[in-house]
Amino acid sequence: MQRPGSISPWRLLAPMLAIMAAVVGYPVVQTIALAFTDARLLGGLGSAHWVGLDNFIYALTDANFLSATAHTLYFAILSVGFETLFGVLVALLLNEKFRGRTVCRALLVLPWALPTIVNAIMWRLIYQPDFGVLNAVLTQTGVLSGYRGWLGDPDSAMNAVVLADVWKNYPLVALIVLAALQNAPADLYEAARLDGAGAFRRFQVVTWPVIAPPLLVAIVLRSIEALKVFDIVYVMTRGGPASATKTMSFFVYEESFRFLRVGSGASYALIVVLICMVLVTVYMRLLRHGQPA
Amino acid sequence: MLQIKSWIGVVGLAALAGTVLASPGHAETLNALFMAQAAYSDNDVRNMTHDFEKANPGTTVNLEFVPYEALFDKIVASKAAGGSGYDVVLYDVIWPAAFARDGVLRDVTDRVKANIDTAKVFDGAWSTSLFDGKYYGLPWILDTKYLFYNTDMLAKAGIATPPKTWDELLADAKIIKDKKIVDYPIVWSWSQAEAVVCDYATITAAHGGTYYNDGKPAFDQGGSLDAVKYMVQSLKDGVSNPNSKEYLEEDVRKVFSAGNAAFALNWTYAYAKANDPAESKIVGKVGVVPAPGVAGHTEASAVNGSMGLGITAGSSHPDLGWKYISFLTSQEVQNKYAQLSLPIWKSSYDDPAVTKGQEPLVAAAKTAISVMSLRPVTPSYQEVSTILQAQIQNALTDKATPDAALAEADKAAARLR
Repeated sequence: MQRPGSISPWRLLAPMLAIMAAVVGYPVVQTIALAFTDARLLGGLGSAHWVGLDNFIYALTDANFLSATAHTLYFAILSVGFETLFGVLVALLLNEKFRGRTVCRALLVLPWALPTIVNAIMWRLIYQPDFGVLNAVLTQTGVLSGYRGWLGDPDSAMNAVVLADVWKNYPLVALIVLAALQNAPADLYEAARLDGAGAFRRFQVVTWPVIAPPLLVAIVLRSIEALKVFDIVYVMTRGGPASATKTMSFFVYEESFRFLRVGSGASYALIVVLICMVLVTVYMRLLRHGQPA
Repeated sequence: MLQIKSWIGVVGLAALAGTVLASPGHAETLNALFMAQAAYSDNDVRNMTHDFEKANPGTTVNLEFVPYEALFDKIVASKAAGGSGYDVVLYDVIWPAAFARDGVLRDVTDRVKANIDTAKVFDGAWSTSLFDGKYYGLPWILDTKYLFYNTDMLAKAGIATPPKTWDELLADAKIIKDKKIVDYPIVWSWSQAEAVVCDYATITAAHGGTYYNDGKPAFDQGGSLDAVKYMVQSLKDGVSNPNSKEYLEEDVRKVFSAGNAAFALNWTYAYAKANDPAESKIVGKVGVVPAPGVAGHTEASAVNGSMGLGITAGSSHPDLGWKYISFLTSQEVQNKYAQLSLPIWKSSYDDPAVTKGQEPLVAAAKTAISVMSLRPVTPSYQEVSTILQAQIQNALTDKATPDAALAEADKAAARLR
């Protein structure tokens, strides 16, 4: 591609690569190195010893970490699933012409624009067992017979957190899909309609090929975020009740900053990254196969 | 270009002039870290600090307040980042063992011995500072959990005296529930956090329990097992508020102050807050006694929830830091702000200036302070507490029996590295 006389693309990329190496590359290399040591947060690197795979063995034989992995996968699948579903539905709706569409499109961005911490505190207030609005609404409409603690019950706590996360993040999916819909060729819809295709069939053959690739990108982004989830859970439940909402990232945080074992914390972090990478690989495959011709 | 250069020069000169003008003699700045809940309020700390700055011209103290849950992280993160972040930090009684191991706080043994008559301060307070014979700071907040009760509700139920044993508490609560005075008579801070360990440790101490047997974790035995069984039973009987499983101390205070509970286990500060018309519906109806005991074991029980002020190892102002913490912990300052946190000084408890308006609290404190017990003392306390929090919650939410949950806690604690 390079034309004679043009500047090598590597030279143009050099400043960015240097910054990336400093702010991403160096910490990554250090994290990998730390994961095989017994380094302590306050001991300094000088006191660290090589321990081989000990940290990984400790993590993977820890029943609590394994159940946290299950909780994280549950959270990721459920929240990304619903975000995708609502995102696509809302995008299709906002793609229709109706009065007030612009206002609705603007409103769509609001939940996503909230900082996660604010969103988490807001939902904690909504779920508050004594004066929370959710209890009030459900009790006054007769759905519930009395107030209950949503975040204090291990059976409902994770679902309550998922709902809070879906509310905040489905707009991202909706926005990406909505943008893709702008590219949907109007004449194809016309042709499909003339051929007698119903609404569902039109979605299948015209809309889906247009929105699928960007949607998959959105799903990849959301999945990685969901597997790393920490902040919303930390604010809403701190991992309780009975560890029902404790996710993998809690172990990274606890090991590193509570128990001061950064070596061990790094190994937990790498395990989380590996799981993310497996997922991304699967998605990439899907993306390549699902690519419309 | 020339213009820019002279601009910089002007700014530089102005800045220089500013610092020279603002510093009569030697200006020193301290960075101090406090918590934004329980005990002394932000305002109290600001006022104390203001007095300190007035008494020491040229001194500035920058205050930072964080929730209790973030205090430990802030202290260690600042140390890990190079150590000169904070000069003075507030720390909990459960941390000195770990801090001593990792060199977080300055050893002030010589200063303590030279300046303070340690016998005038309660031993329970000193346990915030003492580890392995060395002092790592000064005790400041002498705190334990008391049993608060709503005098109105007890009178309505025909209960003449507050419970003296934990069994009596359950029985009294049952009467109150049966008479439909309140749905859930007792409220606790049983969220998966340090708070639940404090309540558990109080009840364990009442049952004469210990945490280790010959250095091995023994949470599934004796008083510790009795404590968790008691907690679970109180939920099953419907006398404990089921939402306790997601409450921290502030939630407990709000429920009790709103008149939605007859009994609450909470720290000292809850007394003044429950009698504050701006924040409470039960002003003048607040009773307080030491946490109960167990027949055949104890008369009363208390967990040592004290906190101390330390100077960080990385501080470049240790002398000023010492002056500051000496000032904050002095009997004079503590007596002046005794509404939300009682002094560490023994003689204060007979000083009318301190006891006035809170006689019942001070009377309860005299008993409670003498029986204060410590949570497990180990450099791995953070890990042990995390294990206990999870397993106690497993029992409270019926995911495991108390025996099974605590046996699991033993196993996990034995596995610690």
